[in-house]
Amino acid sequence: MNLLREHAEQQYRRELEALKASDDRQKPPNWALSPWAVATFILGDGADISAKYVGDRRLIETAVATLATDRALLLLGLPGTAKTWVSELLAAAICGDSTLLVQGTAGTGEEAIRYSWNYARLLAEGPSREALVLSPVGRAMEQGKIARLEEMTRLPSDVQDALITLLSEKTLPVPELGLEVQAVKGFNLIATANNRDRGVNELSSALKRRFNTVVFPVASTVEQEVDIVQKRVAELGQVLELPAERPAMDEIRRVVTIFRELRSGVTTDGKTKVKTPTGSMSTAEVISVLESGLSLAGHFGDGVLRPADMASALVGTVIKDPVSDRVVWLEYLETVVKERDGWRDLYRALRDVPV
Amino acid sequence: MSVRFFGIRHHGPGSARSLVHALEALRPDVVLIEGPPEGDGLLPLAAHPEMKPPVALLVYETDNPSHSVFYPFTLFSPEWQAILYSIRSGVEARFIDLSAGIRFGMQGARGRRQDPLQMLAEAAGYTDSERWWEHLVEERQDDAAVFEAIAEAMAALRPDPLETEDAVEAAREATMRQGIRKAEKDGFGSVAVVCGAWHVPALAATVPVSKDQKTLKGLGKVKTQATWVPWTNGRLALESGYGAGVESPGWYHHLWLHPDDTAAHWMTRVAGLLRSEDLEASPAQTVDAVRLAMTLSALRDRPRPGLQEMNDAALAVFCSGQTVPMRLIRDRLIVGEALGEVPSDTPQVALAEDLSKLQRRLRLKPDASVRELDLDLRNDNDRLRSLLLHQLNLLDIDWGASQKVYGKSGTFHELWRLQWRPELSVQVVEASVWGNTVAEAAAAATTDRLSKSTDLAAVTGLLHQVLLAGLFPIVPVAVGRLEELSALAVDVLALMRAVPSLASVVRYGNVRQTDTAAVAHVLDAMLTRICIGLPGACLGLSDEAARDMLEAIGRVDEAVGLLEKPDEATRWRGALAALVDLQGGSPLLAGRACGLLLDAQVWEPGEGRRRLGLALGAAVEPTQAAAWIEGFLSGRGMLLVHDDRLRGLLDQWVSMLSDETFMTVLPLLRRTFATFTAGERRHLGERLTDRGTAVVEVAWDAGMVAAAQPMLEQLLGVSRE
Repeated sequence: MNLLREHAEQQYRRELEALKASDDRQKPPNWALSPWAVATFILGDGADISAKYVGDRRLIETAVATLATDRALLLLGLPGTAKTWVSELLAAAICGDSTLLVQGTAGTGEEAIRYSWNYARLLAEGPSREALVLSPVGRAMEQGKIARLEEMTRLPSDVQDALITLLSEKTLPVPELGLEVQAVKGFNLIATANNRDRGVNELSSALKRRFNTVVFPVASTVEQEVDIVQKRVAELGQVLELPAERPAMDEIRRVVTIFRELRSGVTTDGKTKVKTPTGSMSTAEVISVLESGLSLAGHFGDGVLRPADMASALVGTVIKDPVSDRVVWLEYLETVVKERDGWRDLYRALRDVPV
Repeated sequence: MSVRFFGIRHHGPGSARSLVHALEALRPDVVLIEGPPEGDGLLPLAAHPEMKPPVALLVYETDNPSHSVFYPFTLFSPEWQAILYSIRSGVEARFIDLSAGIRFGMQGARGRRQDPLQMLAEAAGYTDSERWWEHLVEERQDDAAVFEAIAEAMAALRPDPLETEDAVEAAREATMRQGIRKAEKDGFGSVAVVCGAWHVPALAATVPVSKDQKTLKGLGKVKTQATWVPWTNGRLALESGYGAGVESPGWYHHLWLHPDDTAAHWMTRVAGLLRSEDLEASPAQTVDAVRLAMTLSALRDRPRPGLQEMNDAALAVFCSGQTVPMRLIRDRLIVGEALGEVPSDTPQVALAEDLSKLQRRLRLKPDASVRELDLDLRNDNDRLRSLLLHQLNLLDIDWGASQKVYGKSGTFHELWRLQWRPELSVQVVEASVWGNTVAEAAAAATTDRLSKSTDLAAVTGLLHQVLLAGLFPIVPVAVGRLEELSALAVDVLALMRAVPSLASVVRYGNVRQTDTAAVAHVLDAMLTRICIGLPGACLGLSDEAARDMLEAIGRVDEAVGLLEKPDEATRWRGALAALVDLQGGSPLLAGRACGLLLDAQVWEPGEGRRRLGLALGAAVEPTQAAAWIEGFLSGRGMLLVHDDRLRGLLDQWVSMLSDETFMTVLPLLRRTFATFTAGERRHLGERLTDRGTAVVEVAWDAGMVAAAQPMLEQLLGVSRE
């Protein structure tokens, strides 16, 4: 395999097959696995099936149960809380296909949700079924699969509203041809959205009503977050073939601590208040800081991740607004990082980054 | 003779239902219930038509009511159902637990054991024993054999049931065994024992009588009294006499009422609640929520959805993953707000007795409707009424709310708004832990609050209330606490906020026959600290903070005026003068300080003009100057009306401003002038248009005026008188 990134159903083909072989429980129509097996696939069973999501079991159970009823599922959370990852795993486990994906952007049009035309054929043959190009959502309806919609709140409001008919009537009318695509059993939609994003299109309440919402929380303890970061960084390191060694746990813990403290506005010992920067300071950003640190250490350093390798990426991530965030950062650096035992090296490295 | 044991969970609807079925099948001759024998005499009241659970059996020490214990019952408590059964079928019911009087004597031995069900729940893969029990026992429908199964499980947990380190538990179980023996001796053929599941193995064990007698020997008993009191679901959720609270009484009540179609009824109630709070909850969503809860319970291998499934489904469907509406559901449905009622002929708590005695004596009848009460404190009866209402307020029994009185009579008048709500009787019972009489209880509760409070303003407020309530013995406690806190306080503003109410205490204390020397002493120390800290506290303030400070300065100045103590006044005015000269301070505050000093006649009007001149100098930013003016003139229109030169200075300054700057400072000036009364503004307007009185020195040439005068008179249509 020479792929940069495999789909979940490719990456975990063996596990899916093993689950399918042993799965004797009742399956909803057109599901490849039973709901129990889907939940096990994501949460792991402690033996052959790896745990792919670390966190609250109830969230995953609610998500799977939602898809088993015919309501659509909306996953909310900060970047790095594994919404997209869980949505991919759910689609892979339920219908063996996580590729029916629409990415929501400000420029996504209605045709990305409904259908568009193959214009060459349209001109040559006139409107016909053959000239019709169904969107991933339309194809999921036709085949009874799970469609995925990423960053739903970035879609313009009128495009969001196009979903309402789809979800309530379970049909996609094509008035030009006088026909409609009716959803086959097994069709459902998983949407994800960032609930802290600014400047996005809030969901209308009509649309909200058609979704069951599951909010993915930021990891509740440092240990949990360190685990997540460790796991993702290791995976990314393999994918990108970074030459550096895996980062020491201590280094990860320090970065996670900095991010957690800035995010929550209080130090982990609960004693000192710190100001919070404007950025979201999510787990995804911790991962990207470590990743760039690793790559610097691998390509330009001695292969071992040192504070200096991460410093500039870290500072760059914190300071999103050059004025207010700068004050926040310098205050944090001088009052918290400087005072902390055993953080001397990190303090020096961070101080040397011009801000 | 046969003895059947029914191991139940206190407040478990499933247990209650199974128990009723089992009792009806068994038809015992006597029902023995885990509960204090003091309550035996009160049992018949359970079937009284006015009795509405949740209620609690309250047992307290006659001489020391703060030693008390509550045994709450609600409709779905198995014990309650057992009592109702016994009344319904005319058989005797007895409480066989250790008497509360003995338990009060065993101080210190009140050990808490670990939740025994926790171990079983963990073995079954649950993290929460309440959930486990719920799924296993409370939510199941077939009740045959459930009691045998429970007894077996408990026997497994307590292989040696007589082995216990807890002296109270040993004594309780010995007493209950004795109770069973007594029932036997009294010749009852079929005996039903209703007790906590945990006790079943110990009660069923064969123990020699002599051993139990030995355990119970030498246990002293104090005199107690028992009564029924109304209870609430919220308090059911707390720990109680059994050491067993339930987290979700509302949900259990729901299970008791709707054993079938639980999910549909529950979600309908959730939707109704959300709609009543103007949150979105459509019938379509209700259907979806029920379906999701069902699917979740299937996914989790549970025969029917439990509370956890209901909550997960409600969170995903109704609340869009937001936890705030869930809190509403928790408070209103899962816990519930039910308030019980007890028959009016129930014996009362000591505190309640004292209260009703006082109510009769002072002719203050509790009334459910709102009523205004005007008290003249010079009149003895009214003064006692005021003391009572203030004391009740200190106990959080907010029967009366004090209204502000305006006008001259404010020092000896109080206006109250009275309304007696049924919850207050629970509050009375709750407050009864603090003491026997209203005054005693209020003093004890306040002492406790004082020792826990770390907030200067709160302690000051309490001291004020204590004096109003006439609780003189604890004034030293409050003053001591105040002294401690004010010494540690770094926030000058907090100190300043505490001053006005203390000052009014010192000033008006005499009206209420209070000794206020100690308070005066503390106040003196506080004022010293304020005077030292004031200039520093006024540096680098934001606009908003400066306004807070402005208000505080005004209040303190009023308070200092009220005190009429020359030393303190001098010190305070010294601090104000420092504020006027403060470099980098807020101009708003400097202006106000200057104004206050003028009012107090510390400074001559000439000095005031000089200061205004300085503040309006060309070197000063116009916005700063406008802020100074605001501080200086706010509410002081008369000053400007009468002092021509002051007005002249201001006039000159305004005329000097460029158009652009004038536009910038206009809102600030308007704000200042808006504080003047309409009369002051009219006078000012007249003075300003009437240039004749303005002190503008003009070189008159009488000859030229005389030449122009006749023509002017003609034009203006006036003639010389």
